[in-house]
Parts: sequence; structure tokens; C-alpha cells
Amino acid sequence: MVPVTYYLVLSAILFAIGAVGVLIRRNVIVIFMSIELMLNAVNLLFVAFARQWHAMDGQVIVFFVMTVAAAEAAVGLAIIISMFRGRETTNVDELNLLRW
Amino acid sequence: MSLPLFVIFAALLIVSALGVILQRNPVRSALSLVVTLFLLAVVFIFLEAHLVALLQIVVYAGAIMVLFLFVIMLLNLQSEPVEVGRVGLRFAAAAAGSLFALQLIWVARAKGFLAGGMNDGLPADFGSTTVLGEKLFTQYLLPFEITSVLLLVAIIGAVVLAKRQVN
Repeated sequence: MVPVTYYLVLSAILFAIGAVGVLIRRNVIVIFMSIELMLNAVNLLFVAFARQWHAMDGQVIVFFVMTVAAAEAAVGLAIIISMFRGRETTNVDELNLLRW
Repeated sequence: MSLPLFVIFAALLIVSALGVILQRNPVRSALSLVVTLFLLAVVFIFLEAHLVALLQIVVYAGAIMVLFLFVIMLLNLQSEPVEVGRVGLRFAAAAAGSLFALQLIWVARAKGFLAGGMNDGLPADFGSTTVLGEKLFTQYLLPFEITSVLLLVAIIGAVVLAKRQVN
């Protein structure tokens, strides 16, 4: 059988991959997808611990994380669309209106 | 669930996750993420989370990723150009990412909270819709209602933000 440490390690690797993706990519939609990857790594962690401690609460939390991720993806993509209309670019280096 | 099967799916997950962040074409990144979500749904079924696995496929891979692909197609995104003179940056990013992952793994293995539980028998309806729904509507009723308000706000916000301004 698989000890829970293996799921922790897998979740950690997926989270690190998502974090590196947020930092090195310049396309704003790929940055969004890396954020979703991080959220999924945390979902895996919750479900693994729900299995270990025989508590359904972990899966309820995953339910809420999925809902919040859906709402965040919808609003974030709407923001990207409206920015793209003004500036015609999805390079995150050029979306710098809030920079000093 | 057997160990070799887990190792196979873990390797496939890592490969597809690397495919999300390393590919220059955003459509290929989105499709790699869809593959990652499907593989994660399989791992959820291994962990006796049947409803969560179904929701992962229907909601995450079936709605959120379709939304991503719509936006990529709508904005007609091209592949990212290869950045010149930044080869050293790629190695630095890989090194920093590996260091981060190793840090997390070290913390995961250091503690002693990993005693048992994974092989014990579960109640027969663990992870089923009935039990999840029971918890959702009794113990977690307040977050549930607040989430519905959140979804309403998100819908209104998305419509207002993406609407074409008529001047």
C-alpha cells in the first residue's frame, strides 16, 4: 500500500512546478494555469489526508476550493480580456499600469 | 492501491505538469493541464474520493479548462518567442524550483504525523455523494451559502468586466 508521505511528496512537487511556472512564464494565461496547478496540488493534499484520518472534511474543503477556483478563473479571464482589448498584448511585462 | 500503479501515475502527473509550464504554445499548455486534471481525478479515485473525482472532471476539466481554451482562442494567442540571452535564467529557474520542492519534501518527511491510517478499513460509503452532501448541508452549511453568494458576485463581475464598452 501507499503511505501518505508519497502523496505529500507528489503534492509538493506539483506545487513547486506550479510556482516555478508562475515565475518564469510571461504569458498571463499560462500564469493562470500554473495557479490552477498549485490549487490542484493542494486538493490532492486534502484528499490524501481525508483518506488517512477517515474524515470527510478534507473532501468538503476540496469541494469549496474547486468552487472558488472556478469563480476566480472566470473573473481573472474577464480581466485579461478587457486588458487585451486596450493593449493588444498578453505579455505580463507590458501590463504595467500599476507599476511605479 | 498498489505502489507500482501509484508510481506510474505520479510520473505521468509530473511529466504533464512540466508540460504545462514548459511549452511555448498556450494551447498545448492548456491541453497538458487537462491531462493533469484527468490524472489527478484517477488519483482521487485511488484515495476513495469518488464524488470529488467526478467533480474534478466535470467542473475543473470540463468547465474551467474549456473557459481557458475559449479565451486563448478568442484572443488568438501565438506561441511565446524564444527569449534570447536568457539561457542562464532557465537553469536558475530549474535550480530554484528543485530547491523549493526539496524543501517541501524535507518538511513532509521530517514530521511524525504520518502514522498509519492509509491501510485501515473505511466505512463503506466513504467518499460517496450521500456522506459528502450530509456534511455539506449540516456542518458546512454557512460556507456553502456564502459560496453561492461568491459565485453570484463572480458572475456579475465577469459580465461587467468583459462587456464591450458602448460609448
